[in-house]
Order: sequence, then C-alpha cells, then structure tokens
Amino acid sequence: MTTIPKEIADSLPKALLEDLKEKVKSLSQTKAKKVMETVHQEYNKARVEPGECVGLVAAESIGEPGTQMTLNTFHFAGVAEMNVTMGLPRIIEILDGRKELKTPMMEIFLKKPYSKGKDIKKLAMNIKETKLNEIVTEFVINVADFIIEAKLNKEKIKDLGMREATLLTILSKEIKGATVKKKEDSLIIKPRGKSDSLNEIYKLKEKIKGTYVRGVKKISQVLPVKRGEEFIIITAGSNLKDILKMEEVDTSRTRTNDIFEISGVLGIEAARQAIIDEVFKVIESQGLNVDVRHIMLVADTMCIEGMVKGITRYGVVSEKASVLARASFETPIKHIINASLVGETDKLSSVVENVMLNQPVPVGTGLPGLITKVK
Amino acid sequence: MSEYTGDYVYKRVESIVFGVLSPKMIKQMSSAKIVTPELYDKEGYPVDGGLMDIRLGVIDPGLKCRICGSKLKECPGHFGYIELARPVMHINFIEIVYNLLRCTCRDCGRVLIPKNKIDKLTQKFNEVENEMGQEARRKAIREEITKLKTINKCPYCKARQQKVTLEKPTTFLENEKRLSPIEVRTRMEKITDEDCLVFGLNPKSVRPEWMVLTILPIPPVTMRPSITLESGERSEDDLTHKLGDIVRINQRLFENINAGAPEIIIEDLWDLLQYHITTFFDNAVAQLPPARHRSGQPLKTISERIKSKEGRIRHNLAGKRTNFSARTVISPDPMLKLNEVGVPKEVAEKITVPERVTEWNMAYLKEFVERGHKKYPGANYIVRPDGKKKKITDETREQLLEELQPGYLVERHVMDGDIAIFNRQPSLHRMSMMCHRIKVLPYKTFRLNPAVCAPYNADFDGDEMNLHVPQTEEARAEAEILMMVQTQLISPRYGLSVIGCVQDGVSGNFILTNNMIKMTRNEAVDLLSSVGVDNFTKLSRKEFVTGADVFSCVLPDDFNFVGKSKSGQPVKIENGKLIEGVMDSANLGGGKGLMLRTLHKNYGADDTIQILEKIFKLGIKTSLKYGFSVAISDSDLPKAAREKINGIMDTAYQEVENLIDRFQRNDLETFPGKSLKETLELKILELLNKARNESGLVVNEFAPKGTATLLMTNSGARGNPLNLAQMAACVGQQAMRGKRIEKGYQGRTLSCFKKDDLSPAAHGFIKKGFKSGLKPHEFFFMGMTGRDSLMDTALRTPKSGYLYRRLANAMQDLKVEYDNTVRDSSKKIIQFDYGEDGMDVSKSEGGIVNVQRIIEETK
Repeated sequence: MTTIPKEIADSLPKALLEDLKEKVKSLSQTKAKKVMETVHQEYNKARVEPGECVGLVAAESIGEPGTQMTLNTFHFAGVAEMNVTMGLPRIIEILDGRKELKTPMMEIFLKKPYSKGKDIKKLAMNIKETKLNEIVTEFVINVADFIIEAKLNKEKIKDLGMREATLLTILSKEIKGATVKKKEDSLIIKPRGKSDSLNEIYKLKEKIKGTYVRGVKKISQVLPVKRGEEFIIITAGSNLKDILKMEEVDTSRTRTNDIFEISGVLGIEAARQAIIDEVFKVIESQGLNVDVRHIMLVADTMCIEGMVKGITRYGVVSEKASVLARASFETPIKHIINASLVGETDKLSSVVENVMLNQPVPVGTGLPGLITKVK
Repeated sequence: MSEYTGDYVYKRVESIVFGVLSPKMIKQMSSAKIVTPELYDKEGYPVDGGLMDIRLGVIDPGLKCRICGSKLKECPGHFGYIELARPVMHINFIEIVYNLLRCTCRDCGRVLIPKNKIDKLTQKFNEVENEMGQEARRKAIREEITKLKTINKCPYCKARQQKVTLEKPTTFLENEKRLSPIEVRTRMEKITDEDCLVFGLNPKSVRPEWMVLTILPIPPVTMRPSITLESGERSEDDLTHKLGDIVRINQRLFENINAGAPEIIIEDLWDLLQYHITTFFDNAVAQLPPARHRSGQPLKTISERIKSKEGRIRHNLAGKRTNFSARTVISPDPMLKLNEVGVPKEVAEKITVPERVTEWNMAYLKEFVERGHKKYPGANYIVRPDGKKKKITDETREQLLEELQPGYLVERHVMDGDIAIFNRQPSLHRMSMMCHRIKVLPYKTFRLNPAVCAPYNADFDGDEMNLHVPQTEEARAEAEILMMVQTQLISPRYGLSVIGCVQDGVSGNFILTNNMIKMTRNEAVDLLSSVGVDNFTKLSRKEFVTGADVFSCVLPDDFNFVGKSKSGQPVKIENGKLIEGVMDSANLGGGKGLMLRTLHKNYGADDTIQILEKIFKLGIKTSLKYGFSVAISDSDLPKAAREKINGIMDTAYQEVENLIDRFQRNDLETFPGKSLKETLELKILELLNKARNESGLVVNEFAPKGTATLLMTNSGARGNPLNLAQMAACVGQQAMRGKRIEKGYQGRTLSCFKKDDLSPAAHGFIKKGFKSGLKPHEFFFMGMTGRDSLMDTALRTPKSGYLYRRLANAMQDLKVEYDNTVRDSSKKIIQFDYGEDGMDVSKSEGGIVNVQRIIEETK
C-alpha cells in the first residue's frame, strides 16, 4: 500500500485523489511514485489560469449550442412517457428562474416491495389528485331550495377505496362558505348566509367542481412505468413536499423538475444540483456536447444569493455592482436615474464599463499590473 | 496606442459618480445663457445667446470656439442653460417626488414616521431595497406609513395631512386641487437631509427640490450637430428643434408674466412649457402625444437616444467601429495553411501596418515609401514624431523620402506573414474570431482553408467575413499568442478539437487507409511530396505500398494511439505507424477526433496543426488522384431488395389497416392517460417508423458496395444511411409537431383524400424514395414539413440569441482570481475552485486527468 505524499494529496481535487488512490494500490512502490508525480504534474498543467474569464466561456458554451437546439421537442420515442418541455424552451425556463413551469413533472421512486410492483396501480391512484367533479355524475342547482345537488358516482368512489363518511368530512373542510350534507346518493351543498342570487350559486357550483377530494394536490396525472428492474411512478404536476411524506416513497431518489420547489423543500444546494442536472439533461438529449463546468458556473451564479435567481434583469443582472453594466443590459434610463438618487459610484471593475470608456478590461491579459512604472 | 501617444499624458478613469445636477451646478458648468430661440442671423452666423451659440461648441469648419479656442472636432462642446420662467417637473423623477409628497408632512416637511421608529424602519427599508430595488423601497415606505396611521396627522407638527394624487404624467393634485410645481418645490425644500436617508436618497448627490427644474441645462451643439443638405439648406437636429420650442415658450411665458397677463394664459403657457420639457427628456411618455416633426415622424429626444439596441449605450458605447478592417466574400483554398488567410491585393493596398523607422530598418522602409501607395507593397502614409500624418502621393513622395528619419512611422501595406484577425458573424464563441497570417493573393475574395470553416460555421455559398489588422505591437503580440488558429484548436466547450478534416479530406483518408487502392511506391512518393512530406523512411522498399503506410508518413515517428473507428473497429497506431484500422471521421473529424486531441497533448498546438494540415491535404490529394464522384446508380437496388422493401411496406400498410379497423370497432386498448385516437396515432407512427427503418436496413444491405455514396456515409464525411435509404427506398413519415400531418380541410388533409381517411398516405407517409419521385400530394406534405422547420429556425434564432445575451451579460465579469477562486467584479465568491476541481476543459482530457492512461504510459 503506497501512501500519497502530502504535498501532492493537498493540491489535488478530491475526485482525482480518490481515483488515484484506487488505481495506485496495485502498483509497485517506484512505479506508483512515478505515476503520482506525473498525475500531479498533469493536473498542474491543466489548471485554469488566473484571469481567465470563465463566465464568458460558460455563457458562450451554453449560448452557442442554443442556436442548434430545436424549439418544439415532443416526446414520442417511447409510448409510455409523459409529455415534457424539452429543448430550448426548457433551458430558457430553467435559466429564467420561472416559478410556474409549463410541464411540472415528478419521478417517484418506491421502496421495496412497492418497487417490485406491489399495489402499484392503487398507489398511483392514491397519489393522483382527485377532484369533486370526477366522482360526481351530475351537478344540479335546485332553484327552489337554493341548494346544489351533486349526484355521486358510487363505482368511482369504490374504485378509489373511499368511505363516504371520510368524503363528507374532507368536503366540509375544503368547501368554504357552504355546508355539505348527504342525502341518499347525493350530496347537498347549501351556501351559508342568505345570498339568493342565482349568479352566486352558479359560481359556487363551478368552484366546488375543482374541490380537492383525495390524493396529493397538484398531481394531475400518474403513470406507473417499469424502468429497468423496478417500477416507478411518473406524474404530471409536482408536489415534492407531500410526496416525500408518503411512506412508500424512496425519498433519496425521487425527484421533480420544479427547481423552485426543490429550493423550498430541500434547500439551495439541492436546487443548484437540480439546475445542473436539468440543464445537462436537455443539452444531452439534443445530442450536444457541453462540459458540466459551464453549467455549474451558471447554476452557481443563479444560487449565490441563497435563493434561486433567474438570469434576467430582475434577477442576477440586477445584483451587479456597476451601474453602467446594468444600464447596458436593459432599461438603461431606470438604472441611471436610480443611481443618481443614491449617488452611486461605478468603480469600473468589470468588463462593459471599461469597453465603454476605451480602457483595458480587467480580465485575462488586462488583469496584471506592473510593479515598476515604465516611463 | 503607444505608438501614437508621443508626449501626451494619458489618464485612466477610475470611477464614475452618478448624481443629480443642482441649479447652482448647472449655472457653474455653463458657458452661455440662452435667451433667444433664433439660431442663425442673416449671414448664417450663429446668434449670440441662441441655441447654436458658438460658446456651446463649434460644428462649422473654420470657426473657433469662444470658450476653449479650439476648432471643429477638437472642441468637445460646452453646456449652456436657460432660466425657466416658472419651475417645471422633471418627468423621470416624478415617481420619487410623488412618493416624497405622500410620505412627508405638508407643513413641516418631516417624514410621517415618529422619531422613535425612524432608525428601525430605515434599516428595514434598506434591506427591502437591497433585495428588491428602489421601487420596492418606496412602496414599503408608503405601506409602513399607512400602517402607522400617521397618514392623516403629522407626528411632529400635528398638522392635518391632505390626500395627494398624481394625475399622470406630471400634475399633482391635493384634494382635487392642483399643486403647482412651485408649491411642490417649496415642500421638497422643507425635507431635511436626515429624512432623505429614510427614502434612500443621498443628500450629497441629490436634494429633493432639484427634481423640480428651475433652470434647464442646454446640451452642447456638438451633441446635436446640424446637417447641411445638398441644397445648402440646414437641417437641425431633433434636440435643437425641441430646445427651440422650449426657449420660445419660455420667452413667451416671461413676457406674459411681466405684462401681467391673466392667470389662465399663464397657466396654459406653463403647461405647454411642461409638455415641451417633458418630451425633451422622454418623447414616449404614455399619456402624452409624442412631439412630432412636420412630416409626422416622432422626434428622437434624450431618452430615445440612450435606450434600446440602436441607442447610445448598446450601439456606440458597448459596441464600436474600427478602422483597418475589410470585408468581402470568402472562398476555399485547401492549399493555404490552416492559420493563413488569403487577402486580395486590392485589400492589401488599402490596409496598412505602422512600422517605426530606426537606423537599422531605414533603408528597408524607404523602399516602401519610394514605391508609394500605388505599387504593392508600398506605403500610404508617414507619421512625423509630432503625430502629423502625411499622405504619400506622387507629388510628395520624393520630399517625404528625404524627410524620413528614425522616429518616424511608415504605414506600409500589409504583406505576407502579417497578423490579422479574421471573423464571421454571428460571433457566438471565441473561435469566431481567430488570428491568421496574411497571404496576399490575386482575385477579390478572402481565401481560407476549408478545414477552419467549422469554428467559424462558414460555408462558401456567398458568406462574407471580416478582417482586422491590429496596429500596435501589444495588440499583435496578444493576437498571435492568444488568438492564433492553433491556440484555439481545443474547444473550451467540450475539450475536443474544433478543427478537423472535412468532406473530401475524410473520404480521401478513408480510401487510403481502407486499402482499397493499390499504389506503387513511386505513386506514393508523388502523392506524399505533393502534400509536403519529404521523409519517406516509413514506406517499404517494395514496389507496392499500402495506403496505411502512406498515411503513416504524415504521423510523427513516436506517436502511439489506440482508439476506435466510426464503425467500432479498433484503430492502433504504434510508433507513428498505422497498424490496424481505418481513419475516418471518428478520429479525424472536428468535434470528435480523439486522435487529434492526443496529438495535441503530445506534440503541442503548432505541430498538431501542421500534421492535421498534412492529413487533410493527403485526403484531398488522394480523392483528386483516384477520383471520387457519386452517381444515381449508387442508389440502385437489386430486384430482390426492391421486393423485400415492397413486402415490408405492404405488411406495414396492412397492419395499419388492421389498427384502423380495430379503432373503428372500438377494440383498441388505450395507453394510460391517452385517448383512443391518440393511442391509434401513436401506434401508427410507431409502425410506420419501424417500416421505414427496416427498409433502410435492407437498403444498406443490398446497396452496391464500394460506391462513393456508401463510402461517404461509412467514413462519416457526409450523409448517413438514412439519407441513402430515403433516396433509394422510402422517404418516410412527414411529421409536424411530433404527429402525423392533420391540418388542412375538414376531416382530411387534402381534397384528394376521402373524409376521415386514416391511411398512411393521407397523413403524410411517403412510401417511395426520392429517386422514384414523389406524387403531388407527397410533394405537398414535404413542403409542409419543410416550411414548418423553416419557421422553427426563424423563431428559434432570436430566442436563443436573447438567452445568450442575457447569459453573457450576467456572467461576463466572472473570472478566476489569483487565489484560484471564481469571483465577480465585486469580489463576491461564486466558486471556490473553478468547476470544483480547478481544471480547464481545453487543457485537459475533457476536464479530467486520466490516471489509467498515465499508469499505462509509465514504465
């Protein structure tokens, strides 16, 4: 067993060090030493140089292939897949830091024995959000008594495995401003108070149609799928918080594509990783080749404030120190006026400001200064 | 610019402070008071105290500025001012003034926040501003005051507060009664400096009362030059027009006030003045009609000048124009080196390089001057040490030749070997601007090696490119060391070579290494020397040599490489000899070639580019020597194959028929979450795609072997098996938005089909290949998808362009610091180590150190 000299071990990044340790194990002492030295040397050669404007390189690396991505990608390769936004629109969605996604989606992994397919259909049904109009065959407004009568679909309720008593309690909790009672096969919903306009009751009828009855909120579709050896559930709509509470769910692998939700439930580091994964997934699916580093850097700039900020004039760009840099992006007048009120000073420490003033930019070869003054 | 600086002292701007001009400051920085709207007198000389007053700067040749004494182009211009008869609101500050009016006492001017809460709340407001900006701060202040219920009564002087509203754009109302700018100004004056801090205003750079204008600065004439039309008539700038309006109304207002005119007239004029001043700052205020020219076109005033892509900031400040540049059509020349660019003589005679005269190069440079500007390589100008530039003409030539001495500059024509930066728009990545060495050539296009097309994304269907010639030693050195083609070989995006063999270069090498041709040694020597190889030791002494041997001759002697070819076969190079496998796009092509990366790693950029060049040339010469052309017969199929394909198609059609049948009988099992129709569509699509792919396989199996078409697809030079299948057998399903074609008439796609026809043909499946020809409806379906993809491109370009602009703007200031952290311009740490391991993608094997390889290499 050869140990790695401290000065080499200290300077190498963790992943490389582990790799080296693993591979050097079986080598002879002298060869191992040689290998370690070469690795150290090569690593030092491969390091980024100070002054390298990595941000711009990352922007180029993502922006350039952007022109090659398709606008409308529809998943139709596999029959049993959900329709997900892919391609350029998805990248824009992620980098904008949008809170409302076009197609929120989850991949729910399950613990044993459910992952082997036990009760998978039932489980999926339990997850899916059921709304009142799905278990009701007919809504009738009884104008004479001023109530809504909702005829229940017994079969459907049985399918869902619900008892009518529980249904009643859930409904009376969910429907506000009205009382719910049961009468034979129907629910009687009576608005509280004595409003008697037909309009009001009609509105109430439309409103209660979407009342939550059962399942996990916001999950509008479920699809149990066999992936490799195990069964997972793919859903349209995302609700990480509630799904993670379910005991059948394997919490370590279940994921959603909603980055805001991740940042809220699991924290900023998870959100950063999610951005990297999601962007990388899209780029890969388009058959393009971009190194993760670039995506990491973008994700880091988005998450540096402790919350997810989009690459927009309201997000990352508004955080910039320089007035001129902000003004050169969008809404210049607003930025200049606001700067004048505060009496802001632009220190000219980044790129555009110096371009504007015809001065060398402080990146790359513009960075080093001379200690000796040249006359 | 060091060569032109001479004795000038150059200063560097260290910082820029933003603030609001006070009336006092405006007066101080002014050099003239403007009192009359007239511009010129009868002789056409600028009127004193007019808007074109020569104290504001000169725009006419021959005149001298009265303030600084300098001539046209030297005088930067000077500000003037007008005294306004009545104060006027400034449109851009209206929201802030509104907020101040509503949140301060109308009597004593204090903020409507009790003393004991000010500190705590100010802190809170600061936090709000940091997080969400100034607008949010203002909103928060207002909300806080509403909450405190001090809105009606001042906590300091107990005065009752009135409700102030803003009638857009510029009128304030207090209890439905108009609040004149004079009153607004007096209230602003009352606000104390400490209270300004609550609002986030810095009392050093802005006092609230300055937001109400009493005096208006007049921008210098250099900022609004007039244009002399061909007719000799003068056409004034939009700003001058607007200022003329302001001065005129202001004068009238003065006269009316002095004459004691009725209040109504004064009010009207005052409003008019307000309108003009508002549009002077911003001519696109929502509630105001924009001020227009006589022709009806809106005036371009200050805000419009700054704003948007064509505005000052993005057009003139962040993007600049250059001299010493050229642009023309490009065409290919594979005999050029990769890092050369062919420049037409016409261009070379116009673009110059300054060269300083010393004792030692005097004679050399004199030759240039003697040849003058007409004879290539000559010189166009000489520059005296004092910076005076002299043009070399037939008359001045002799005299300048005598005058020339050390310390002078000679601007000589560019010549072979000079450095130039070559660029093609859109410049999406840094490889879109690379440095080449100039090679002066006849004819009128820029010439470049077809292998460098890839990073520029150029082709020769009429593309134009730009050439820039750096003018200083520093710039040249930087361009050469950092931007030369070979330094850009490995892409920072994915760590592979962006430049590789293309087209004939790949197929040629494929033919060569595939041992398809038999070659005598003499022929091989011939071929290699035409490529520029003069070391034939690797060729065997026998009469016949193999292609692999020929190829080996261009490789370095100690080169070892193990890889895979496109088809997955192993490729082995040992001691510079290709002993196994063929060379194809997987190893030679740009963006994939692992062999190129290995070469780069072992021999450095300069050698790699030379080797690559030789490989590329070898490919082309081989193609040239043995001929390479495609024929229609390349896609001919034997009868058996045609029958097989017909069989596949027939069964597919039959199966689709069955599916449709079951669908109509409602006998189809639906996919979860899909409707019956959707399920049918999916199944049909799957079936038809399968049929097409199967026929493709048949084509690949039966297509005549050894044809150029097949060779191209096999080597990866161009095309893929699918293209061949589309020509020979079946074009396949035309899909729009991931579905079969559905649009058109009611219930059908085209009028030649029956209604509700679900058959493949009626929904855009093209059964036959291109060679047998398309039927009219098939042609139409192809046209539809073709149009759809054109639309897709047209819509995508601006979207991805905007995404790129945002990314670039957000991340342009991130750089690696000397302590290896990635930081932005305010020194905030973004990453502690770039990419978590500090490795540069373009300097390593795709961002990793390959331990396995190192172990294998160490002995």
